[in-house]
Amino acid sequence: MVIAVASGKGGTGKTTLAVNLAFVANPRPVQVLDCDVEEPNVHLFLKGQTLESKTVSVTIPSVDEEKCSGCEECSNFCQFKALVVIGKTVLVFPELCHSCGGCRLICPEKTIDEVPRPIGKVETLQVQNDLLLIYGTLSIGVAMATPLIREVKNSRDHGAPLTVIDCPPGTSCPVIESIKGADVVLLVTEPTPFGLHDLTLAVDTVRVLGIPFGVVINRAGQNYPSLYEYLEKEKIPLIGEIPLNRAVAQAYARGDLIINSVSGYRAKIEEIFSRLIDLAEKSKRV
Amino acid sequence: MKIAITTTGKDLNSPLCERFGRTPFFMVYDTESDSFEVFDNSVNLNAPQGAGLQTAQNIARQGVSCVITGHCGPKAFFVLQKAGIKVFLAQNVTVKDAIAALKDGKLQEAKAPDVEGHW
Repeated sequence: MVIAVASGKGGTGKTTLAVNLAFVANPRPVQVLDCDVEEPNVHLFLKGQTLESKTVSVTIPSVDEEKCSGCEECSNFCQFKALVVIGKTVLVFPELCHSCGGCRLICPEKTIDEVPRPIGKVETLQVQNDLLLIYGTLSIGVAMATPLIREVKNSRDHGAPLTVIDCPPGTSCPVIESIKGADVVLLVTEPTPFGLHDLTLAVDTVRVLGIPFGVVINRAGQNYPSLYEYLEKEKIPLIGEIPLNRAVAQAYARGDLIINSVSGYRAKIEEIFSRLIDLAEKSKRV
Repeated sequence: MKIAITTTGKDLNSPLCERFGRTPFFMVYDTESDSFEVFDNSVNLNAPQGAGLQTAQNIARQGVSCVITGHCGPKAFFVLQKAGIKVFLAQNVTVKDAIAALKDGKLQEAKAPDVEGHW
């Protein structure tokens, strides 16, 4: 079972939900994947011993200028303008390259090789006997989050019974890569105009992917009926609410789990977890 | 000598375009024959990335020896430099006046990019 915790808007409480769900989740062992590689933060809540740390690279072109005829086919082919040909000199811009390998295939003189370009690292932490954290950190100045996210997901034990994915915010490629293959998506939102606006974008995204999903309203209790009206109109299951509470913010700021430090919240998280499992299993039966 | 000028229009009275990579057109002016040709650059106007690089490559293909534009970022400057094309900067002028200023030696050659990428 793979649960992806996502949201359109940033700062709605994805990480809070993901780490707290991981602690109440059954069956175990549980693997938590922090796929927000541009700003990973799950490791602030789940601390442990590093089992593995590996550098992740993508491949970029390297041109043998001795053999280059200056035909410009590589540059014309590249959709991302990562290669510029000036006379018989090919200038490569690694930060624009999406590592498709097309330039190497299209070069008539076979002058292009592929060389590795490190983009970040993936670390695996043993948090508890039955709880692993795998997270990626994108190197500063690198914009290619997607290949690193793929590597975070590949680093998990695919046979393990339960995986919780903390997704990046938004609805663009990194989010799609993180959600892809999940059995159920938990969309976290907040009762504000921004929360609702970005939730609608996230709902559209998850619907395109065809994954069952439910919504949790974080910081609930603020008067914003439009959010509830939207959920009702769209027939989206509201699977839980986390009331706005200063103690939650304080626990978060300390790096504590709300299930352990705010009374009554463990039950709320447990209920959200069981409703998520129901959503995933109900859709499997259909 | 051939000069490339980034511009928002198609004739000598058009304003010089201050953006290099995302200029709608560029003019190639030949000082020997006093003639010019205008090239459409609209493909790069909406490019998600690499507009400066691609415009620089297109300009380099025309065999110009210098460019007059408003501002030039690091990647475009690097490509122009590799192509041996000098960069001159001018703002708030027509294409005609920019060419005249260059001929009169009133424009200073840029030795480095003057703006960040995606400015």
